Amino acid sequence: MATEILMPALSPTMEEGTLAKWLVNEGDTVSSGDIMAEIETDKATMEFEAVDEGTIGKILVPAGTEGVKVNTPIAVLLEEGEDASDIAASAAPAAEAAPAAAAPAAPAATSAAPEAPVSDTSPDYPEGTAMKSQTVREALRDAMAEEMRADENVFLMGEEVAEYQGAYKVSQGLLDEFGAKRVIDTPITEHGFAGIGVGAAFGGLRPIVEFMTWNFAMQAIDQIINSAAKTLYMSGGQMGAPMVFRGPNGAAARVGAQHSQDYAAWYMQVPGLKVVMPYSAADAKGLMKTAIRDNNPVCFLENEILYGRSFDVPDMDDFTIPFGKARIWREGTDVTLVSFGIGMQYALEAAEKLAEDGISAEVIDLRTIRPMDTATIINSVMKTNRCVTVEEGWPQGSVGSYISSVLMQQAFDYLDAPVINCTGKDVPMPYAANLEKHALITTDEVIEAVKQVTYR
Amino acid sequence: MAARKATTKSNVSAEELKGYYRDMLLIRRFEEKAGQLYGMGLIGGFCHLYIGQEAVVVGLEAAAEEGDKRVTSYRDHGHMLACGMDPNGVMAELTGREGGYSKGKGGSMHMFSKEKHFYGGHGIVAAQVPLGAGLAFADKYKDNGRVTFTYFGDGAANQGQVYEAYNMAELWDLPVIFVIENNQYAMGTSTKRSTKSPSYWERGAAYGIPGEEVDGMDVLAVKAAGQKAVAHCRAGKGPYILEIKTYRYRGHSMSDPAKYRTREEVQKMRDERDPIEAVRSMLLTGKHASEDDLKAIDKEIKQIVNASAEFAKESPEPALDELWTDIYADDAAPQNA
Ligand SMILES: Cc1ncc(C[n+]2csc(CCOP(=O)(O)OP(=O)(O)O)c2C)c(N)n1
Ligand SMILES: [Mg+2]
Repeated sequence: MATEILMPALSPTMEEGTLAKWLVNEGDTVSSGDIMAEIETDKATMEFEAVDEGTIGKILVPAGTEGVKVNTPIAVLLEEGEDASDIAASAAPAAEAAPAAAAPAAPAATSAAPEAPVSDTSPDYPEGTAMKSQTVREALRDAMAEEMRADENVFLMGEEVAEYQGAYKVSQGLLDEFGAKRVIDTPITEHGFAGIGVGAAFGGLRPIVEFMTWNFAMQAIDQIINSAAKTLYMSGGQMGAPMVFRGPNGAAARVGAQHSQDYAAWYMQVPGLKVVMPYSAADAKGLMKTAIRDNNPVCFLENEILYGRSFDVPDMDDFTIPFGKARIWREGTDVTLVSFGIGMQYALEAAEKLAEDGISAEVIDLRTIRPMDTATIINSVMKTNRCVTVEEGWPQGSVGSYISSVLMQQAFDYLDAPVINCTGKDVPMPYAANLEKHALITTDEVIEAVKQVTYR
Repeated sequence: MAARKATTKSNVSAEELKGYYRDMLLIRRFEEKAGQLYGMGLIGGFCHLYIGQEAVVVGLEAAAEEGDKRVTSYRDHGHMLACGMDPNGVMAELTGREGGYSKGKGGSMHMFSKEKHFYGGHGIVAAQVPLGAGLAFADKYKDNGRVTFTYFGDGAANQGQVYEAYNMAELWDLPVIFVIENNQYAMGTSTKRSTKSPSYWERGAAYGIPGEEVDGMDVLAVKAAGQKAVAHCRAGKGPYILEIKTYRYRGHSMSDPAKYRTREEVQKMRDERDPIEAVRSMLLTGKHASEDDLKAIDKEIKQIVNASAEFAKESPEPALDELWTDIYADDAAPQNA
């Protein structure tokens, strides 16, 4: 049967081109690899080769024609035994691509008076559960130990995690209990060991990769994003990286610009990653256990200053907290304060002081930044009509700015004031004690913002 | 240690030796004072002392010429003093004051001096290695005959970017001396727990970079090796690697209890290999200096160090406006103030 020769696409972006020159005439025989024509694109002149054997039955597009669309038939090739009379029959059905089925659209952002979204308000643990006081540091260690006992494929690797017991002592005792096969000291090679962790996850293990701090994970960010976050998608769901990247995030104290950065907004941006940033010890524990069991790469952002703080932790055999479920620390009616991680400290302090002034603040701890429990935020704002976000990171492209956009699109009619984002200052972290204090977010700034949105 | 033997070579003058003694002592006393101020809460955050490693920078500075550059890690106080930066400015940066080299904004780990060709003071382990190669790239580009001393630790030597820098430095014949200050520990990790290829200087061979191991407790051996490396670079032959075997007496930073090694190990180094004691005894036994001469030097150093501490305490905190300066070049108003 006669075959049509189509105008080729000669680059990924080519949509049309000029058929500059035919190097064959009607009646010529060609075999695969013969150059048949020269085609000009906006970038170059390319030679166009025959793929099949046959005789040029008819040239449909004459030399010199400009703007020939890709996939337009430009000639007809006859196989042995065919002649020109076979052409009409085959040329008839135009090579018209069926219109692509409309891709399922991303859920459209609805503005205007939404229904109250459904949020999970179930308690994290049954009422009456016994509690014990633990530091965030101990809670994280216990979570890892419990999961390592439960699943022998879980292992911990990082700098100083084993013999030194962790640079910040989070892995204290783990080497003793689990041995050097599962608690592994690495050289200072973040990009390398993060990649080895991702590979091990592809290979069926469940690595916990500790970064001494998240500042050093910038050495490894390519493996976190390009390898860990994207592989499930790129492989059509065949393989992914079930693993946890963890370590202290954000400013410690007086350690300067290269050691004091909050990465919540950075990792929040990446589809394929889950991002957790707990404040309390109970959340640290329940979320760490969930993170280790999750089949996706999880960035678990801890905080050095919080490590030593004690909180009540439910004394249960297996306490987990689902991702994407915020916690309301304090109910209120006048304003919604949304925060996470160490930002909660300022939000809670501000709420306390505001109460003295007769302003009732509802305080929401996001706990997971991605997936984010926007339903809980929206439900709260539908009640309070005002929102202030609190975080330590920089303002441009902050977690708060994302929350503002969600509220604009989904709860616009409920807002009585613009949302204010309280953030760290838009500067690298200075070392000097007085400057550092000013660079960080303060409780007073949160109070000031609340007064602004409540017009007091 | 396949190291050179310390020698009182006749080509080293008494004055020169006394100079090394003085320079090393300045670093030691300065660091002791910094440790003290840290304990008093006047210095915050991380503070990595250089005590024990003094002969490395003093020996290499003796091989440097005006205009040569240096770049190092966070363990940088000794490098700054050795290249002639003002102890007052260094100490005031440690206390985070206006009189510090970075106006108090950098701190212990991040100081710089354009005047002394000191390019920092970097907190991310090994990040300074490509930076040093880049400084050398600029020198080669400008054809100015300068060399760059790029210092990094044994721990840093395992980072991938070191080898990327090696490859390009040799490929482009960059005049850079890669100085591995092998103090045998990276925080709590001894070299034998981080590599099975512990001869760091040999790793350059894979890229065609020559190198050697040097006794870093012997200032004259360091100087001699430095001169050889400098000559190699200045002759246009590309980079050179010096693995300098040294030892830090203190913990990794002020908060490190250093439980990963024995007290005896540290004491043995101090007793048998101390670089300052070595020069001191050389001076005395060779009759190049009397006890009194050395006492006079000790006294002078003490005064300098005490004065720097006074300056660092007296210097005011930076003005709050400083929070918003130096974020962009040529830009008075920050974007999101
Ligand atoms: C990329 C990176 N990872 C980890 C750290 C934390 N850290 C700071 S110093 C250090 C040890 C470095 O040892 P070495 O290179 O031998 O230098 P030394 O401290 O002995 O001078 C580590 C792990 C860091 N600052 N940067
Ligand atoms: Mg070291």
